[in-house]
Amino acid sequence: MTERSAVDLLYQELILKHYRSAAHRGELERPDVVVPMKNPTCGDDITLHVSFREGRVAEVAFSGHGCAISQAAASMMSERITGRTLDEVHALAARFREMIHGSAEAAADRALGDLRALAGVARLPSRVKCAMLAWDALNEAERRGGVQGPGAEPT
Amino acid sequence: MIMSPSTVRTRTSAFDAARLRDDFPILREQVNGKPLVYLDNAATTQKPRAVTDAIARYYAHDNANVHRGLHELASRATDAFEGARERVARFFGVADAAEMVWTRGTTEAINLVAYAWGLDRLRAGDEVLLSVLEHHSNLVPWQMLAQRTGARLRFIDIDEQGRLDLSALDEVLTKRTKLVCIGHVSNALGTVNPVAHIAERAHAVGALVLVDGAQSAPHLPVDLPALGCDLYAFSGHKMCGPTGMGGLWGRRDVLETFAPFHGGGDMIDTVELESSTYAQLPNRLEAGTPHIAGAVGLAAACDYLAGIGRDAILAHERALMTYALERMAEVPDLTVYGPADPAERSGVVSFTLGDVHPHDLATILDGEGIAIRAGHHCAQPLMKRLGVGSTARASFYLYNTAGDVDRLMDGLERARRLFGL
Repeated sequence: MTERSAVDLLYQELILKHYRSAAHRGELERPDVVVPMKNPTCGDDITLHVSFREGRVAEVAFSGHGCAISQAAASMMSERITGRTLDEVHALAARFREMIHGSAEAAADRALGDLRALAGVARLPSRVKCAMLAWDALNEAERRGGVQGPGAEPT
Repeated sequence: MIMSPSTVRTRTSAFDAARLRDDFPILREQVNGKPLVYLDNAATTQKPRAVTDAIARYYAHDNANVHRGLHELASRATDAFEGARERVARFFGVADAAEMVWTRGTTEAINLVAYAWGLDRLRAGDEVLLSVLEHHSNLVPWQMLAQRTGARLRFIDIDEQGRLDLSALDEVLTKRTKLVCIGHVSNALGTVNPVAHIAERAHAVGALVLVDGAQSAPHLPVDLPALGCDLYAFSGHKMCGPTGMGGLWGRRDVLETFAPFHGGGDMIDTVELESSTYAQLPNRLEAGTPHIAGAVGLAAACDYLAGIGRDAILAHERALMTYALERMAEVPDLTVYGPADPAERSGVVSFTLGDVHPHDLATILDGEGIAIRAGHHCAQPLMKRLGVGSTARASFYLYNTAGDVDRLMDGLERARRLFGL
């Protein structure tokens, strides 16, 4: 009974801190793109505000309602991508997706920062969509900005 | 006073849930290394061996198409199929089995009424009366029908305990009201609605009454002629039967006014290239090869429930609900929705726990082997009315025990610890 359960792995302080965090929560005064995104299976929603400047994500904010996983993922993502170049953001998105689909190597990648706390989602297939919701919104935001989205499913 | 689990057992001494559990092999499953506690019965119930055996036996010994073959198996299949109709009709107190129309479930039964009755009968300005408690399956078909006919939808509101507010009933019921569609038991809150009273008032203005019985057929001793409604929709899978099988009961004089629903084989009398005449009830409303094994399974489920006794099942669920509500009242940060009096609800309890999102709660409980539902329960307007995005819902059935309630409470305590409440 030494192996920690998926639930124990997931619901740690760091995730709850981001779930309850006010940082990045709200709206931007002058967003370039506003993307509402809904998870139709559960009704959770997120609205992502993004502004881009000189090939970088300048500012990110999100509002909406949802579970700890979706809200913490949005908070962590916002924190991690602010100020990054789009190439860096794409690399992070790809890495995050690998981790959520079970890659141990990705889960150990320090580049993901706090996002690594979501590695446990890989063991909860029904919650993968929650973890990806903010990234899907970011992908849509970039698509509307005319750039290839970072979270896009490989085709 | 909190009843201990042993008190619950004493109160339902004629009823041995622990022994009944042996009839349901799935209840021996381990989930995440823990014995399964299945509390998602409002979504679907588990199946006793009597039902799965009846279905297997039908396929192993009697399978053929019904109503048209001239060989031995066709006779056996037809006998099994129509015999099932008789048994299910009897289960609901219905003497004339031709009033029992098979459907895939409640949703199809309600859509059948909307299309076979409503499309021809409703005109612009007519009204259909619903309530804010309704499941999407008793809202969306009427929205679609209203768009096509110009009829208007009106709604009975609820009070703070999730009970229908009937104080304005006689104001919303007018000569324009052609149909009243009310859930017997709310799938989200468990509220048992006074359908006999509503039907009496509705009939006074000449409206038809359709009761969504998805959550009452499994749990209450339903005697359809005594219920007062004209039409009643139900699902087999919520009452120990197979999925894809349910029915619409209607008073014969009402069903006789229905246009055919789906066209095809089995619902016709004579077919010519340009036109057809239709069969008598109930076949007129049942096109195509039916779910024969489903009917056999549903009849076995009805026999199983009748064998236990629906009064006994109801008493058991009420005792469990009373115990659960008492235990839940002790949990800090827990909000319970729906009627405070267990006598006003069926075996459903919706709740939220502090700022723990219901989906997280469901995941944490699943980690403990406990299956509940979390979300909007296909009742988004009700969630909006209650001012919540979603709730967690535990729903009981005949095989649940006080021990299951205790496991749920332990799970809630674990969620409180994990979230630092």
